[in-house]
Amino acid sequence: MTYLDHAATTPMLPEAVAAMSQALSALGNASSLHGSGRRARRTVEECRESIAEAVGARPSEVVFTGGGTEGDNLAVKGLFWQRRAADPRRTRVLASAIEHHAVLDAVSWLADHEGAQVGWLEVDRYGRVHPDTLRAALARDPESVALVTVMWANNEVGTVAPVRELAEVAAGYGIPLHTDGVQAVGQLPVHFGRSQAAALTLTGHKLGGPYGVGVLLLGREVAATPLLHGGGQERDVRSGTLDVPAIVGLATAIRHAVATQPQSTIRLAALRDELVEGILARVPDAVLNGDPSDGLFDGGPSRLPGNAHFTFPGCEGDSLLMLLDARGIECSTGAACTAGVAQPSHVLLAMGATPAAARGSLRFSLGRTSTAADVAEVLDAIEPVVARARGAGFRRVAAS
Amino acid sequence: MKVLAAMSGGVDSSVAAARAVDAGHEVVGVHLALSAQPGTLRTGARGCCTKEDAADARRVADVIDIPFYVWDFAQQFTTDVVDDFVAEYAAGRTPNPCLRCNERIKFTALLDRARDLGFDAVCTGHYARLCDGVLRRAVDTGKDQSYVLAGLTAEQLAHALFPVGDTAKGEIRAEATRRGLAVAAKPDSHDICFIPSGDTRAFLAGRLGSRPGELVDGETGEVLGHHQGVHGFTVGQRRGLGLRHPAPDGRPRFVLGLQAATGTVRLGSARHLDVGVIEAHRPVWAVGAPDGPFECIAQVRAHGGCASAVVEATGDGVLVQLRESLRGVAPGQAVALYRPDPGGDVVLGSATITATS
Repeated sequence: MTYLDHAATTPMLPEAVAAMSQALSALGNASSLHGSGRRARRTVEECRESIAEAVGARPSEVVFTGGGTEGDNLAVKGLFWQRRAADPRRTRVLASAIEHHAVLDAVSWLADHEGAQVGWLEVDRYGRVHPDTLRAALARDPESVALVTVMWANNEVGTVAPVRELAEVAAGYGIPLHTDGVQAVGQLPVHFGRSQAAALTLTGHKLGGPYGVGVLLLGREVAATPLLHGGGQERDVRSGTLDVPAIVGLATAIRHAVATQPQSTIRLAALRDELVEGILARVPDAVLNGDPSDGLFDGGPSRLPGNAHFTFPGCEGDSLLMLLDARGIECSTGAACTAGVAQPSHVLLAMGATPAAARGSLRFSLGRTSTAADVAEVLDAIEPVVARARGAGFRRVAAS
Repeated sequence: MKVLAAMSGGVDSSVAAARAVDAGHEVVGVHLALSAQPGTLRTGARGCCTKEDAADARRVADVIDIPFYVWDFAQQFTTDVVDDFVAEYAAGRTPNPCLRCNERIKFTALLDRARDLGFDAVCTGHYARLCDGVLRRAVDTGKDQSYVLAGLTAEQLAHALFPVGDTAKGEIRAEATRRGLAVAAKPDSHDICFIPSGDTRAFLAGRLGSRPGELVDGETGEVLGHHQGVHGFTVGQRRGLGLRHPAPDGRPRFVLGLQAATGTVRLGSARHLDVGVIEAHRPVWAVGAPDGPFECIAQVRAHGGCASAVVEATGDGVLVQLRESLRGVAPGQAVALYRPDPGGDVVLGSATITATS
């Protein structure tokens, strides 16, 4: 099997499996006052501290969540509610047009149910929000803005946003910026403090940790209205008995991912470039979508090092996916699914792609376990697979 | 063979896919998404393309251990089936959307794509038998669906598999249970999948609006009432005519015919519904065009409506002379022609009814 879908989920780091397995046998509710509770609490706080250190945050800024979707919802809705409560004029949300659905749909929900006005921030042809775009949107009426949300690195096309510059622009108007860093942590240098973001979402299973656990980094001065009410375990912002074993697995994975990030970025980018060059040599009309990865942001690459995203003209993405799957190569169309039906990607459409081009796209995402042999498998398969999918694609075009 | 199993999420296509696996084929399951905005859950009468159905199909694919994908055919389905359905009613005809879906979607759009992607055949859960290119009625004659497959060409049939046609429906359910398929007890779908409410008239009114016309006595020409469009009627229909007064002879009145151009709906008594001659066009001959008049059984709707007949090809059409009359023969429906056979009646061909007398 050739697994090239690390942007969907990653194989768990063996050390994280071991640490988490061991923690599963330990008794203790981290909120209990007795010995078992204190031991659980100590474990959680050690994890919190090591996570904070790894991502350039203070321990008090680490809010454990149930994963990326919860983190994004808590940040977007929680900041909106808090800011509007403090000042009823603040009902505007500025969001990039290429956000993950966990942000996109949370923002749309605020518009539909809470009277939010949404300003969708345009992106360039690589899928990047420019600081000038944000500045212009803010300058129109800064008093009305509740928050800004722009993802650190796009899950589909891999383009990295200039988060620090964007957060500086927002901070200049006293407006908090949330960034969905789910794809960024472990793949890029991420320092929450230096980024000047007010909030950052990360999740375990995208960086070698377990499913169903994540962190919302929430600046210590930043208040958010909770989504989940109850025991108030996490700064009164998030309630729910802490999942100690998952937190242990998460912390182990984050420490490893961040510590190895500089080398893995170099290794993955080299593999990825080999994949991109090989595909373009074999399928000359294939188009690489997203940033060309020739720039730097705060010491990191301008594109996720493991991401290669293509449009294969004349092909349906789901035909390509099926044909590759049949050869044991696992990748993704990178598009959101409704009832399993691939819709043309909103990210590609926002970047100016036609719906046909958007449907004919495929994402390969490399990660910790990817090897040169994986790249070779794809390069062996891609020509016949594209030729076959193209045959089917042309018939459909001719028929419609 | 490499087989693409069309999986609706119902019990029949689930067992069909499982049987294709057992037969040693390399099977991939595909659920066709036919609605641009699939409902989350079933509402009212069951349709066949809800998210829940896709999830059911996916569970079956997991259990029988085959790859599974959802393919979006919503656009083709809307154009070739739904729009066609509406246009046919607007023209005063009575279409069969399942038949159209088989002809245009499952065994054209899907089969073409499957073959282009390297598959040899498409497998469905239809109740019909297919052996050496000969299509026959299902063993379970009560569930027989050969009528809605009779319009397939020899070329299409050469790349089709109907693995459940040799088994009674009850046994298929039992087999699904034995195989551990969660869909074993799922109810059959009876209604038109894109009209989950089951209210065809309301659906058509929503699409076509009001196109008023007259209800007239088929014999005297007397105007008996008014209606909101010929699309609300089907030949042979008795209920919902909206007449204020009973017929003078006290007998029920039926729809005898529809004229879309004038908006006229002709009504009359049951005996005027009897049809002895059917004209049909665009014949498809499953086993080759006939070289002269021949005896057969003609079937004029999905269930029932069978009579022995003499059939003759006439240029681009066929003339069906029924030996015993049939009632409620509606233009737009297919007339499927069968050769009686103790091993299952053999489909000879099918054509679309254009006129009756």
